[in-house]
Amino acid sequence: MKFLHDLLEKQKPMFEKGGKLEKLYYVFEAGETFMFTPPEVTKAKGVQVRDAVDLKRVMMTVVIALLPAIVFGLWNVGYQHHISTGEASSVGEQFWIGIQLALPIIIVSYAAGGIVEAAFAVFRNHPITEGFLVTGILIPLVLPATIPLWQVALASAFAVLIAKEVFGGVGMNILNVALTARAFLYFAYPAAISGDSVWTYLGDAATVDGYTGATFLGLAVEAQKAGQPVADFVANSVLWASSSQDVATNSFLGLIPGSIGETSALMCLIGAIVLIWTKVADYRIILSGVVGALAMGFLLNIFAGDHTYLAMPSYYHLIVGGFAFGIVFMATDPVSASQTSTGKWIYGALIGVMTVIIRVLNPAYPEGIMLAILLGNVLAPLIDHYVVSANKKRRLKRATV
Amino acid sequence: MSNNVRLKQGFDIKLVGKAEESIAKNIDTTTRFAIKPEDFPGMIRPKSVVKVGEKVKAGDPILIDGKLDVIKYTSPVSGEIVEIQRGERRKLLAIVIKADKQIEYKEFPVKPIDQVSAEDAKAVMLESGVWPQLIRRPYAIVADPSDSPRAIFVSAFDSHPLAPNYEFTLKGQEKYIQAGIDVLKKFAPKVFLGQNGAKPSALFDGIVGVDKNKFTGAHPAGNVGVQIHHTAPVTSAADVVWTITPEGLAQIGKLFKEGKYDAKKVIAVAGPEVDKPEYVETYLGASVDTIAAAKIKSKNVRVVSGNILTGYSIPKDGFLGYYSNMITALSEGNKARFFLSDGWLAPITNRLSFHKAFGLLGGTSKEYALDTNTNGQDRPFAVTGSFEKVVPMDIYPMYLLKAILSYDYENMEALGIYEIAEEDFALCEFIDVSKHDIQKIVRQGLDTMRLD
Repeated sequence: MKFLHDLLEKQKPMFEKGGKLEKLYYVFEAGETFMFTPPEVTKAKGVQVRDAVDLKRVMMTVVIALLPAIVFGLWNVGYQHHISTGEASSVGEQFWIGIQLALPIIIVSYAAGGIVEAAFAVFRNHPITEGFLVTGILIPLVLPATIPLWQVALASAFAVLIAKEVFGGVGMNILNVALTARAFLYFAYPAAISGDSVWTYLGDAATVDGYTGATFLGLAVEAQKAGQPVADFVANSVLWASSSQDVATNSFLGLIPGSIGETSALMCLIGAIVLIWTKVADYRIILSGVVGALAMGFLLNIFAGDHTYLAMPSYYHLIVGGFAFGIVFMATDPVSASQTSTGKWIYGALIGVMTVIIRVLNPAYPEGIMLAILLGNVLAPLIDHYVVSANKKRRLKRATV
Repeated sequence: MSNNVRLKQGFDIKLVGKAEESIAKNIDTTTRFAIKPEDFPGMIRPKSVVKVGEKVKAGDPILIDGKLDVIKYTSPVSGEIVEIQRGERRKLLAIVIKADKQIEYKEFPVKPIDQVSAEDAKAVMLESGVWPQLIRRPYAIVADPSDSPRAIFVSAFDSHPLAPNYEFTLKGQEKYIQAGIDVLKKFAPKVFLGQNGAKPSALFDGIVGVDKNKFTGAHPAGNVGVQIHHTAPVTSAADVVWTITPEGLAQIGKLFKEGKYDAKKVIAVAGPEVDKPEYVETYLGASVDTIAAAKIKSKNVRVVSGNILTGYSIPKDGFLGYYSNMITALSEGNKARFFLSDGWLAPITNRLSFHKAFGLLGGTSKEYALDTNTNGQDRPFAVTGSFEKVVPMDIYPMYLLKAILSYDYENMEALGIYEIAEEDFALCEFIDVSKHDIQKIVRQGLDTMRLD
């Protein structure tokens, strides 16, 4: 690979100070360092060797943890299409539909956000960092396959600009960038990202009789209005529930309508195992999030009375909607989450509890995880502040002993 | 507090090239020596008190700090001053001595230790050149003789990568170590000795007059700062303690037993690029040229004075640092790595990582021949919670570092700046995904607090 490196090195003077394309130095550098880890060595003072890890590798680990969800998502888009239209089709055809729909969304997300990143690097003269490697794929995964591409571009650019770059770039942001993109679309263009009709791609085909396209969470609200137990109501009202498995199994596997990458709790679980094993995500957040959601769901069961949504078994909260995806891939973003270990327990639990509260008690927002994580992001510095204050007090107390 | 402390946090960097316990023959390590002001971070106005061509004996002053001139930095050997190296703006870099074949020692009149007063002991220690072995905390600088420390701490083992084994390098010097402790007890009511909980010590088990504690765990269990934290922590700027290494103790002991400044030292020559790693006998500040010529065969090599975490790079004819007890040789990692073959996306088995990210398949238990490549570039802090796993103290490293970077005096103080030295955060620097110069940041924080 030496010739390739030499070739790149030869172009370098053009981008360096005084060169014709001096302004684009960091764009060139990003490309070069993508291909080749630079021959940089440790300084004369300080540690003489460095850990083999770098931020690129950490980010890549997250992308790899996302792969099961991505692959499943691509397939499920096509699978849902065929359920809704009643066509028989092979797995290959189902994938093909998913690829046709989702790949453009992924490309647009990377391109739009990437351009904003690169522009900031050029204007502000700093290196392009690899944070967007993950954000760029998270954004498409939390959007429905039917989302217009211009909205994807707008959301991705908005998120990078407003949620990240104005705070100073990677590591400085307060809110999770990918979720900001989703929240932006949710509030700016609600028609394309909420309701019953957006979750399944129909194309030119007509739906089969009785198909609603509603998500579990949407139906849960309906079930409550009708006064019927949620699981039964869902089972009786949608096609995807009338397959051989029961509602819970379908939800766990992810054979349901929803955003491209977040329907399958199983795939999120695989991702979680990868992230926890590699310690890229903190298990504390995931665990306390799950416990928080279960506990809140259970608490609501106690006070349910004849409110059927309150009476829904709490484990449903883990497998329906975007909870699994959110708690595994969004809440664990180390920059916007709590940074102290104690803080992470509180932060995760808060998100779990808030998700269930928003879902069940606020009919305006059927999905709670997005708002719960954003709220958690906002509160994370405060949680850390108190944890660190406790440490300071403990240290101070030691002084007077 | 408990006198048997188990530390859960920490990390051992296992390197190829551990020194065998034998002394290399046929290497003449007694040619040129140097004292370098940069070895003393607290020194404000380094001044040479000798001229080129002047003759000195071992123990004759050659360097002082213009701001604190009672402490004499003396020549480790007898010989002729051959060079005074200066850098930009005439900054003093090193005073070089060409050693005599037979070392002559300046004589210091000493009485038996039990008859020496604290004042007399202090005077002779300041004059002879052993004083800079005493380091003060807070700030991790050479001890100020006008302080009266609350306690003195000694770590009886070095847990750094490939660090020399004191049991070998100080073999037979128990009586000097004991004498050193007896002298130091004149300055502080308590002397604490932190021993390795995993191994009994022939050298220290018989030492008396000290409070012994045992520490078990990975590096930095042997760091004196960690031991202070778990024994009797430093709590404020006014809460002064001193620290000293066993080598320093032996030097002081010899001064009081024999009336001379003996800077003789057994150092380890170790690391992946060393041919038959073993120990050599020399004096403090020795030129490493003969050692490098005899022990390092390959070309693209970095010679480090000290260990790979806290040492610094020196040329192949450079000089050993004042506090260094080893030389490490590593290959320079100055080559670009293609992302798919051995770069950031490739599976890697030959480089060590504390982390377990994708493709880092080497594990942490085998020995590595690491090089000096940074394996990545400077990035903003974006990963949290890892520093806490290698700092066995009740401190939030990331918050402390951020307080330092923002000159937040109040928070630096509250978050523990007084308890730490560069070496205590060196592992953070090693594992840092964002490749920051963390020890430099720590020093900046210590200087900020000290000079304010």
